[in-house]
Amino acid sequence: MSQQKRTESRPIVRAEDLSKQVSSPDGPLDILQGVNLDLQHSETLAVVGASGSGKSTLLGLLAGLDLPSRGRVELNGQNLNSLDEDGRARLRRELLGFVFQSFHLLPSLTALENVMVPLELVGHSDARILAEEWLQRVGLQPRRLHRPNQLSGGEQQRVAIARAFATSPQLLLADEPTGNLDQQTGRKVIDLLFELNREHRTTLILVTHDVALADQCSRRLELAEGRLLQVSGC
Amino acid sequence: MLAFILRSLWRELASGELRVLLLGLIIGVGAFTSVALFNERVHQAMTHQAGELLAADLLVQSSSSLPEAWKQSALGMGLQLAETTSFRSMTLAGERLQMAEVKAVTRGYPLRGRLLVAETSGHSEQPRQTPPERGSVWLERQLLDRLGLKPGDDIQLGESRFRISGLIIEEPDRGGSLFSIAPRLMMNPLDLPATGLLTVGSRAEYRLLLAGDADALEVFRGWIKPRLQAGQRLLGPRDSRRELTSALERAERFLGLASLVSLLLAAVAIAMSANRYARRHLDNTALLRCLGASRQLITRIFTGQLLLLGLGGSLIGLLFGYLVQHLLAALLAGLFIQQLPPPTLQPLLLGLLIGLVTLIGFALPPLLALRNTPPLRVLRREMPLPRLSRLAIYGPALVVLTGLLAWQAADWQLTLLVSLGMLATLSLLTLVAWLMTRMLQRVSPSGGQPWRLGLANIARHPEVSIVQLVAVGLGMMVVLLLILIRTDLLDAWRATLPFEAPNHFLINVQADQLVPLEKFFRQKNHSIPVIYPMVRGRLHSLNGTPVDAESYSQPRAKQLIQREFNLSWMERMPTSNRLVSGHWWNRTDERGWSVEKGIARALGIQLGDRLAFEIAGQTVSALVTSLRTVAWDSFEVNFFVIAPPGQLDVTQASYITAFFLPPGEEAFLARLITHFSNITDIDVGALMQRVRSIIDRVILSVQFVSLFTLLAGLVVLLAAVQSSLDERIREAAILRTLGAMKGQIRTAIVTEFMVLGAIAGLLAALGATLIAALLADQLFGLSYQGNLWIWPVSLISGMLLMGASGVLGVRSVLQKPPLQQIL
Repeated sequence: MSQQKRTESRPIVRAEDLSKQVSSPDGPLDILQGVNLDLQHSETLAVVGASGSGKSTLLGLLAGLDLPSRGRVELNGQNLNSLDEDGRARLRRELLGFVFQSFHLLPSLTALENVMVPLELVGHSDARILAEEWLQRVGLQPRRLHRPNQLSGGEQQRVAIARAFATSPQLLLADEPTGNLDQQTGRKVIDLLFELNREHRTTLILVTHDVALADQCSRRLELAEGRLLQVSGC
Repeated sequence: MLAFILRSLWRELASGELRVLLLGLIIGVGAFTSVALFNERVHQAMTHQAGELLAADLLVQSSSSLPEAWKQSALGMGLQLAETTSFRSMTLAGERLQMAEVKAVTRGYPLRGRLLVAETSGHSEQPRQTPPERGSVWLERQLLDRLGLKPGDDIQLGESRFRISGLIIEEPDRGGSLFSIAPRLMMNPLDLPATGLLTVGSRAEYRLLLAGDADALEVFRGWIKPRLQAGQRLLGPRDSRRELTSALERAERFLGLASLVSLLLAAVAIAMSANRYARRHLDNTALLRCLGASRQLITRIFTGQLLLLGLGGSLIGLLFGYLVQHLLAALLAGLFIQQLPPPTLQPLLLGLLIGLVTLIGFALPPLLALRNTPPLRVLRREMPLPRLSRLAIYGPALVVLTGLLAWQAADWQLTLLVSLGMLATLSLLTLVAWLMTRMLQRVSPSGGQPWRLGLANIARHPEVSIVQLVAVGLGMMVVLLLILIRTDLLDAWRATLPFEAPNHFLINVQADQLVPLEKFFRQKNHSIPVIYPMVRGRLHSLNGTPVDAESYSQPRAKQLIQREFNLSWMERMPTSNRLVSGHWWNRTDERGWSVEKGIARALGIQLGDRLAFEIAGQTVSALVTSLRTVAWDSFEVNFFVIAPPGQLDVTQASYITAFFLPPGEEAFLARLITHFSNITDIDVGALMQRVRSIIDRVILSVQFVSLFTLLAGLVVLLAAVQSSLDERIREAAILRTLGAMKGQIRTAIVTEFMVLGAIAGLLAALGATLIAALLADQLFGLSYQGNLWIWPVSLISGMLLMGASGVLGVRSVLQKPPLQQIL
C-alpha cells in the first residue's frame, strides 16, 4: 500500500520550463515558452486556448513526438531528453494512448486491424481477440471489417478510441477529439472517452477549445501565445 | 487563363510536385530520341559499310556497255562516278594457262571501301583510286602462283602483253559475287581494245558506280529506273549480298527492339506518377470546384498544364537525347571506318511527338478524372476519386503509341509482337500478383515480429501491391529481356557464324573425284567436309503452266526465273536450314521438292504445287513437299531447291563443298588446287570477316542502347516506390506515434519491399524467358536455349533493388519527428 502511495505521489507527467522555438521567414518564433506542469495518476487535464496558442505543440512535446528547444519532459520519471527516438517510441508504446482530431486511422486497414496494430507492435499474442473485445466495447463489432472510408466520422473516432485503450495505457492524450464531429456525435464520443477513462483509471490530457468539455476535467490549463495563463482546479 | 495555367504550373514545379513526372518524360523522350538518332546514324553507317561491298553507294549493272547519257546525267546530279568492265579470260605465261577474272577500272574506283595494292617497286601496300598504268596490270597472288610468275614478269592477255606492277591485297567488291571463280587481274580500261577480247556478243559485265549524298542518289534512282532494259539492273547496298542483308535486317530488329521498350517503360513511369499527382490534387480540385470552377475549366487547366509541361519536358528530353547520342557517337567513332553521318531532323520531330502523345495519353486520363471530383470532398475528405476503367483510360494512348512506334521501327511485326507480349505479360503479371497477395493474406501479423507486419502489409494494400508488382516486374522483365537478347540471342547469332565457319568453297568437283578428294583431306589431317551434288536446271512450269520472265512483274522474280537454279539432293536437311511447313522426306524413294521460303514467296510457289525443272533437255516434275528457311549468313553450302536422292540424274551432277581453311594453311590449298586442277576454289574469308565485324558492331551498339532501357527501368522503379510513398509516410508516422520503433518500421517496410521485389523478380524472369523464346523463334529465326541463371539473378536483384528503394523511400519519415506529419 505504501509502495502504491509512493508511486502515485510521483507525477506521471512532469514538464519543466518547456519551450519550443521554430524558425520562420521573420526570424525565430516562440510557440511555447517556459511551461511548467505536474500531472498525477488518474488526473484529467484540459488544455485550452485559442488557435495557434501552442496547445497541440505542448501535447506533441509531452508525448515525445518532438523535442523541446529548452526544458524537459518526464513521463513516469523518465526524462524524454535522455532517450533517443526509439527509446521515446518504446515509452509511448508502453505508456501512452492517442486520440486525434482527424482520427488518423490507417486507411488501408479494417477497423479491426486498426485496433490490432498497437497490440501487434507490443507483440500481444491475442491481438485479434482483444481488438474484437474493444470494438464490442465501443459498439462497432458489426462494422469491424469496414475500412475507415466506409465509416462515419463518429464511428472512425470510436475506432480510434478503441485503438487508444487497447494496450491499456496509463496516459491518454486527446487532441481536439470532437473537432471534426457534429455536436451530438461529439457528445457521444466524449461520454465514451470519459467512461472508459474512469473504468481504467487512465490519466487524460485533453486539448480542446470547447469550454464545456474542459469543465469535465479535474484540472484546466490555459495557453495564450505559448505561455501558460492560469491553472485551475486542484 | 493562360497566365493562370502558367502560374499554377510554375507553383507545381517549384513545389516539386511534378518532378517525377517531368523526369519520366525527359528520360522517356531522351532515351527514345537518342536511340532513334543514334540508330539512324548507325543504320546509315552500316548501309554505307554495305556500300563498300559494292565499292559504291549505288550501281548500274549491264551486259552491254552503258550509254554516255547516263554518265552525264549522273554527273549533272552531283554524283561521283567510276566504271568497271569485267569478264573472264585465259591468261598465259610461257606454257602455263590460267583462267582469270579480268576487271578494267577507271579513275575514282573504288568510290567506297579500299583497294589495297602492293606495288612491285618498294612493296609498300597503298590504297589506290587510280587504275594500273597503261601496259601494266595488278594480279592476285593466286594467279601469280598458278602461273609461276613473280612481280615484274610479263603476262599475256588476249593479244597484249602486260607487265605485272602490283599485287592486289584487298578489293572491296571482290566478294560481291559468289561465283567469281577465278583469280583477279586488274587493268587499265584504255588497254582493253588492244587485247581484242571484247567484241560484240562477248560476255562482259559493265558497271557504272555511283556515290554521293542520299538525296542525289534518290533522284538518280528515280531517273534511271524507267530507262533500264533487259539485262540491266540497279544495285543498292541491300542487294550487295544476301549474307549482309540478313545481318543488317537482324541488326535493325535488335536496335528497334531496344528503342521500343525504353519508351513503353517511360510511359509506365509517367502513368504512375500522374496517378500519384492526381491523388494529391483531389483537395485542390475540390476546392477549385467549391470556388465555382466548372468541370470544363478544370479540364482546360489540367490539359493546358500538361501541354506546357509536355512541350517543355520533351524539348529538354530532345536536348538530352541529342547530347547523349553525340556522346555515343564519339565513343563509337573509332569503330566505323567513316565518320557517322550527321543526325537528321526526323527522329527529333518524332521524339517531340512521342513525348506529347505519351504525356497526354498516359497522364491526362487520371488528371481528367479529377474534374469529376465532388465539391463535397472539401467537407468529406474520405470521398474517393471517381474512377474510370483502366482500359478506357490507357487504351487509346496505347494504340496511338504503338502506331507511332511501328511507324518509327518500320516493322509492324516486331511492334505488334512486343506490344502484344507486353499486354499479355501485363495480364499475367496482374493475375499472378493478385494470387500472391491473396496467399499472403493468410500471414498473421501477430507476435509483433516486424517482418510479419511487412508481409501482412502486402496483403493489406492489395491494390498498391499489385500495381507495384506489375510495374517493377514489367521494368525488370524488359531489362532482363534485353540482357537475354544481348547475351543469348546475340551469342546464338554469333554461333551461326562460328570462328570455323567455312571460308572456302570448292566447286566443279567431278563424281570420280569424290573419293580421291576425301582421301586428300584425310591424308592432310583435315576433317572431311560434306560434299553436295549439284545440277543446274531452269524452272519450266508451275502447276502445269509454263513460266517465263513475262509471267512475273517483280524484278527479283524475273531475274530468278531467267537464270538457272542450282539443284541438289540429299537425305537429311542441312543444319543451317529450318523446316517451316510441310515435311522432309523420310523415305529415299519419295519424290518432291523442298523450296526455300523466300524464293517460294517471290515466285508464288506454295506447298503442294507441282514444279517442273528442265535439266539438260529433260523435264523433272514433282510436288513441293516442304518449305525451308535458310541461314544465308551461315556460309554453309545452301540450295534454293532440294530433291530427295534418286529423283535427279546422277550423271548430270558436279559436286560442291565448303570447308574451313585455318590461317597459315594456304599450302594445303595450293596442293589441293594443283592436285585437282579442274576444281575451282572460292575464297569467302574476307567477306566473312566483314560480316563478322558488322555483327560485333551491332552487338556493341545494342549494349549501349540497352543502357537507356535500364535507365527507364529505374525510373519505373522510382515511380512505383513513389506512388505509395505518401501513404507510407503517413502510415509510418501514425505507427511511430503508436510506439513503433524505427527499426520495426524499417524492417517491416524492407520486408514488404523485398518480398514484393522477389515476386516481381520471379515474374520478370518468367516473362522474359517466354518472350525471349518467342522472339528468338518468330523474329530472329534462332533456336533459343533457356537460361537458368536469370532466375536467381532476377530474384535477388528484385529483392535488393526494391529493398534499397524501400529504405531510401522511408528515410524521410524516419528522420523527421512524427509530430510534423501527424498533428
